[in-house]
Amino acid sequence: MNAITPYLWLIPALPLAAAGVIALLRQRRKTLAAGLAVGSIGLSLILSFIAFWTTLGGASQGHGGPAHDTSRFVWFALGPTNLELGWVLDPLAASMLVMVTLVGLLIFVYSVGYMAHDENFTRFFSFLALFAAAMLGLVIANNLLLLFICWELVGLTSYLLIGFWFHKPSAAAAAKKAFLTTRVGDIGFLLAIVWLYAQTGTLQFYDDGAGCLEHSALTRLVTQTTTGGLGVATAISLLLFCGAIGKSGQLPLHVWLPDAMEGPTPVSALIHAATMVAAGVFLVARVYPLMAVHPDGAAEATTALQAVTWVGALTAVFAASIAVAQTDIKRILAYSTVSQLGFMMMGLGVGGVAVGMFHLITHAFFKALLFLGAGSVIHGVHEEQDIRRMGGLRRWMPVTFATYGVGMMALAGVPLFFSGFWSKDAILHAAHGWTVSAAPFYLGLCGALLTAFYMTRQVCYVFGGAYRGGAGRAATAHASRRDTPHESPAVMTAPLIVLAVFAVVLGFVGTPVWPWFQGYLTGESVEFHASALLSREHWPMIALSALIVLTGFGLGWYWYGRQPITSPEAPDAIERYQPTFFAVLRGKYYVDEFYARTVVRWHAAWAWTCDTFDRWVWGGVVYAISAVVVGCAWLTRALDDYGINLGFDRACRQIARGGQAGSRFQSGQVHDYLRALGMALVVLLLLFIWGDS
Amino acid sequence: MDIAFLITAAAILAGAAGAMAARSVVHCALCGVVAFASLAVAFLQLRAEFVGFAQLLVYVGAVAILIVVALLLTRNFEATHEALSFRPWALGLAIALLVSGAVVSAILGSGLGVGAPPSAPPPTVKAIGDLLMTRYVVALEAMGVLLTVALIGAALVALRENGPGRPAKPGEQGSVAGRLEE
Amino acid sequence: MGELARYLVLAALLFGIGLAGVLTRRNAIVVLIGIELMLNAANLNFIAFWRHGPHPEALTGVMFVLFAIAIAAAEAAVGLALVIAVYRHYRTTNLDQIEEMKG
Repeated sequence: MNAITPYLWLIPALPLAAAGVIALLRQRRKTLAAGLAVGSIGLSLILSFIAFWTTLGGASQGHGGPAHDTSRFVWFALGPTNLELGWVLDPLAASMLVMVTLVGLLIFVYSVGYMAHDENFTRFFSFLALFAAAMLGLVIANNLLLLFICWELVGLTSYLLIGFWFHKPSAAAAAKKAFLTTRVGDIGFLLAIVWLYAQTGTLQFYDDGAGCLEHSALTRLVTQTTTGGLGVATAISLLLFCGAIGKSGQLPLHVWLPDAMEGPTPVSALIHAATMVAAGVFLVARVYPLMAVHPDGAAEATTALQAVTWVGALTAVFAASIAVAQTDIKRILAYSTVSQLGFMMMGLGVGGVAVGMFHLITHAFFKALLFLGAGSVIHGVHEEQDIRRMGGLRRWMPVTFATYGVGMMALAGVPLFFSGFWSKDAILHAAHGWTVSAAPFYLGLCGALLTAFYMTRQVCYVFGGAYRGGAGRAATAHASRRDTPHESPAVMTAPLIVLAVFAVVLGFVGTPVWPWFQGYLTGESVEFHASALLSREHWPMIALSALIVLTGFGLGWYWYGRQPITSPEAPDAIERYQPTFFAVLRGKYYVDEFYARTVVRWHAAWAWTCDTFDRWVWGGVVYAISAVVVGCAWLTRALDDYGINLGFDRACRQIARGGQAGSRFQSGQVHDYLRALGMALVVLLLLFIWGDS
Repeated sequence: MDIAFLITAAAILAGAAGAMAARSVVHCALCGVVAFASLAVAFLQLRAEFVGFAQLLVYVGAVAILIVVALLLTRNFEATHEALSFRPWALGLAIALLVSGAVVSAILGSGLGVGAPPSAPPPTVKAIGDLLMTRYVVALEAMGVLLTVALIGAALVALRENGPGRPAKPGEQGSVAGRLEE
Repeated sequence: MGELARYLVLAALLFGIGLAGVLTRRNAIVVLIGIELMLNAANLNFIAFWRHGPHPEALTGVMFVLFAIAIAAAEAAVGLALVIAVYRHYRTTNLDQIEEMKG
């Protein structure tokens, strides 16, 4: 076993300790709070690198697959059995560890600059550190229960950070919405946990052959069927996927992610772009053996993976189409994230763990870059977020423009030099080869086109043309001489540059020429094939992707870049041609309104019913009981007052009156006494005289 | 019926009745004297001469005088206007009647003294003196003490308290009413 | 009626009259006179029983009566002294008006 594995728990524990300490600090100890947070995640980064390094030379296990190095501890004992939790170190976990800690470190440093003027600075870093701890714990969890605990913790910190500016009603509502929507998915997750435990008796993933993702458990699960002929393995997988749908914002439960942009931009970057929303994808990757297991070892896709693929593909196109019509800089990126998560799910479904995870890793870097860049832009134009009021910022914010451009090209998938291209290409390649249906492939192409299109639109609106902001704004605290946009400080632009470098470089570890990342994850050895790009298998796909991207760029430039947009109130290009369709896209297909009319209303009615029942039925019972008790008390008191007191008082009064009556004998008159004596004498005499006879 | 007895009895009862019923308290005292004297005669009839004379000496000579002096000392000038007896005087009378009636009926029903009295030599003073000195000497001495104590006690009780009032001055001249007021 | 009975009846009647006066009269001194009469009735009883009793030579009755007379005299003295003392305080010998012991 690896030497680092017993100490793996330090990686989440350090940020957790930092969060605890920061929570106890005073508000003005900003430097200490930032130092603790950044230092803890930096240490975690070093430990993650060490762990990653140890997995690089890992030999594969006997039946082909990556090595899983586990360590466990007993949480508590239930009678004779112990509930054991633990962590696992395998390529999947190690790559996620490095990604989370690296992106996390960069975003922490960025936040020092972004939140410098906020008075709740220490609270922010406490929550951020807590989030980092929970995410890292989730990644290394070897036990489904421990993963669920960290899952919920991550959701909690998401709630805390979305609603960071809780005095804004929209932020508080968004936090609640995020929490409740992910909760809906978590119901499925919890059911899956319970079912899995009932079926296999263990929740450990890898346990020297006894884990629930290992061979014996899987064969047992796959042979059983439940109601409706559904396989138990399939059913559990679908329930687990429910949790992933909620957390990763897939189609029915995507509504919380755009609203989550109410939080500060570093939060959006770290949690809602790079890491937390990727936890759903990670979960599917983690339980992939369960999802992919076949009863007879066939190679075609299982029902669970088919569901994953369809949901992902539909989400990708759906969200991309909405992103086309948005005007808030962060909303566009939020819908883009939903769309890219759909791509990741699709990749997992059609191509397996390696394909999906590669896109997850690359997406983390360039999406974080885009969000941080958006934050820099917002900071530079004095907290304006509407892209119609921006423009021409390439002049004032060159570093931001350059890094944003790199991120945009990576997201759109500009060929060869940007990581997004290679990861998306791998997905499309796998989708093309999917035996079940070709529809996800075409949906993926559609999504890629839309991605390029809306990113071009956004860049043209924000950085191209002339600056449209400042005019017509009400006088604010910012003086007119500071109305011009400005570049952000180095503490914010340095992470942008680092991320931009990664956005380019990371792609090279997963190209068909050298598919190192895929091999690393699956435990196979790979070789460097220089001519792989030109093989018949690969070059058509690369050409097609390039064509799609260029088409998207072209359309975007044609409508938005050719003639610069002059005023904030000018209608969108699409709006001019198709106003109704644009309005539908703008209104996000009215999904939120639909939910409000149906689910929310039904739930409110149910809540009202429960409340009335509780208030009148249970409350009535309680009230009746208390009335009985009060009545008894009143009765006792009345009895005491009137029965006992009165009786006792009357008796005493009678005694007193008797005494008064008795005292009348003592009249003070001598003759009365004498008369009494005389009477006694008479009685005595009579007794004497006639008593004997 | 012995005529002597009847006269004596009549005198006694009349005196007693008068003592109890007279309106003026002085009349009560004087009737009492009559009763005491008649009782002395009765004692003499019963051949208890010493007792009879002792009765005369003590009762008539001392007690009666004492009563009369006390009467004079406690003169109530409004006495003649008030009622003599308590309101429910019938009850007292009834009780007295009951008592005497009961005793009389007991006596008559018991059959006492139907026969002649035994004859016996009349007691001599010497015999009485002997008895007093021998058998009843303790009682005699106790009686002495008693009389002394009674004398001192009576004198103390009747003594005027020293106080804001003027002390008794012997030989003070004044009207009878003033002296009587002291 | 035998001789003894005659004297006894006389004594009883005398006692009754004394008692009647005691219970009836309001003047304290008249009450004392009544008490003396009752005492005398008892003395008469004693002497009658002595005279007609079994052992007249024992002089028991005579002794008794002698002592009774002496005690009666002492008691009359003390009693009258008390009446005088009460009179000095209350200015009356009317027993009606002396009721401070009223309870």
